[in-house]
Amino acid sequence: MKIEFSSPLSNVENIIDSLKNKEGALLPILHAIQKEVGYIAPNTIERIATKLKQTPAEIHGVISFYHQFRTSPPGKYKIQICRAEACQSRGSRQLEEHAKERLNIDYHQMTSDKKFSLDSVYCLGNCATGPNIRINDELYGRISNEKFDQVLSNVDRDLK
Amino acid sequence: MTMKIFIPRESTAVSLGAHDVAQAFTQYASRHDIDLKIVRNGSRGLFWLEPMIEIETAQGRMAYGPVESSDVASIMEDITHNICNEKPPCHALSLGLTEDIAYLKKQTRLTFARAGIIDPVSLDDYLALDGFKGLQKALALSTQDIVTSVVESGLRGRGGAAFPTGIKWQTVRDAVAEQKYIVCNADEGDSGTFADKLVMECDPFMLIEGIIIAGLAVGANQGYIYLRSEYPIADEILQHAIKIANEAGYLGNDICGSGKRFHLEVRLGAEAYICGEETALLESLEGKRGMVRFKPPLPAIEGLFGKPTIVNNVLSLAAIPFIMSQGSHAYQQYGTNRSRGTLPFQLAGNVKQGGLIELPFGSSLKDLIDDFSGGTESNRPIKAIQVGGPLGAYLPVNKLDIPLDYEAFSKASAVLGHGGIVVFDDSVDMLEQARFSMEFCVVESCGKCTPCRIGSTRGVEVIDKIKNNDRRVENMTLLNDLCDTMIDGSLCAMGSMTPIPVRSAYSDFPQDFYLPTQESNHD
Repeated sequence: MKIEFSSPLSNVENIIDSLKNKEGALLPILHAIQKEVGYIAPNTIERIATKLKQTPAEIHGVISFYHQFRTSPPGKYKIQICRAEACQSRGSRQLEEHAKERLNIDYHQMTSDKKFSLDSVYCLGNCATGPNIRINDELYGRISNEKFDQVLSNVDRDLK
Repeated sequence: MTMKIFIPRESTAVSLGAHDVAQAFTQYASRHDIDLKIVRNGSRGLFWLEPMIEIETAQGRMAYGPVESSDVASIMEDITHNICNEKPPCHALSLGLTEDIAYLKKQTRLTFARAGIIDPVSLDDYLALDGFKGLQKALALSTQDIVTSVVESGLRGRGGAAFPTGIKWQTVRDAVAEQKYIVCNADEGDSGTFADKLVMECDPFMLIEGIIIAGLAVGANQGYIYLRSEYPIADEILQHAIKIANEAGYLGNDICGSGKRFHLEVRLGAEAYICGEETALLESLEGKRGMVRFKPPLPAIEGLFGKPTIVNNVLSLAAIPFIMSQGSHAYQQYGTNRSRGTLPFQLAGNVKQGGLIELPFGSSLKDLIDDFSGGTESNRPIKAIQVGGPLGAYLPVNKLDIPLDYEAFSKASAVLGHGGIVVFDDSVDMLEQARFSMEFCVVESCGKCTPCRIGSTRGVEVIDKIKNNDRRVENMTLLNDLCDTMIDGSLCAMGSMTPIPVRSAYSDFPQDFYLPTQESNHD
């Protein structure tokens, strides 16, 4: 997945213009901007509001409601651990502890080198082969503590 | 001769390495100069065997699983030495003929008849196995006749609330409006459920066909699939299938030359469980916070953008092509009492053999677990089974002899819901699970009504006090009162059903709440 931390505002303008006439355009716009830029910056919120003839407060209200949207740059790799019951029954509570210790961060935090962020997710739909994690758009099943370390070091190697 | 091997591209198989396995087969074939065609099919839903690969033979497909990249060379040798010479396979991962695998053989697959068999984005595959026959029939019928077929099938909403689908369709059909909508609820957020995802990833044209038929039945020409963003592979496959259906004239301005039009679009959610609730989903589709609406008016009268709207779950719409092509009687003859047809049960959690099990309603939960689970993954005894997602009851082992039908579950203060079954072994602490139910409600409540928004936070606090032996008896009374308040005062199922798992935890597992054990519950 392509993540860039700065993007010309004209790209954002183009995204908004190409989607603003859809019925219920806001979520598609927010998804497209976050995919392109990695997050939805405050000046972007103002641009969306102007083009959709809404207030920035309304746009911010929508962004803050959904767990997925963010207003600050993310880590290079967004790790999500499934906390839902099916994963719990297969050891996700232990995995959560291990992951926090391994990365030395808590949920909703980012490592100091900005490589990894850690978030929870409630069900990845892989309920028969948990515990499950998702890293950006990739899903990994049957994650033991050892496999977590292994997946992370593979990703880390790709980073270098 | 070309050798044909099937390797799933479905999420679970991919999460366990299916892409690597496919690559290993390709490399092996090119190294050994073998003419190999790899089909990326869906999954049969036998998840403990994934990635499960299949080779096409004259007798039928032979399966191997679970396969890792390192097994590929030895499997290819088994195929070339044995299967290609019409000798039985002798590899340790050989499963024999796929259709003979007991887990599959014991099922009644109506909705999942094609899953894992076809390439999900091959229109030819779909057409070869009765695809779009239901649509062709529907195009020849009046709108009322389509609706009547659905009413007569006995189909009830497979999303969980179990409202009769045909009645909903009738209401939208009879509503007078210039614009109507079909909304497919594909926000499958319940833990232990994955049947919607399997439909979308294994047989997307079936869902598309069901949605088009719904559009014809009520006079809607625009449909939306509201898909949770946690399912990127489903998104990719659906988008591809919709593009093909448009190009082939099943969608668009002139459906199969009938002059009727229907457009379909996928819209992504953004990680909010509450958007699986139909009115919150509609708000989200309109570009707002996913806050629950008061009912009435029902979405069938005032739904998306205030227009009459069918909101149906993926499994409900996916059942439509069978009902239309085979007839409502063919569907209605399966099942029991007022629960007609089949339900794709999803067996998950701490089991050896998790996967999709499509059965007619009526067999017992105990039989299903005994017949299919293979025991717990941890080899420890089962302690609790949660059915129907995070808002469903935790059932103790002595209450499993309960028939799988909507009314029987309701009578037992439990929820069948979307058919998700999550098994826990005896290491589970039910007080912690009750606490988690409240915590989940804190995180996922839309915040519109007080009992859900604040009650859940108080619920976590009260359970913590019980855990810490802070006036335990008084706080149990308080927890019970709080559950009553949430049940009676919440606007939607999020707040009114969170007490179901909580109550079942302390009623059926009192020892985990430091309460006196009742002999009826525990031996």
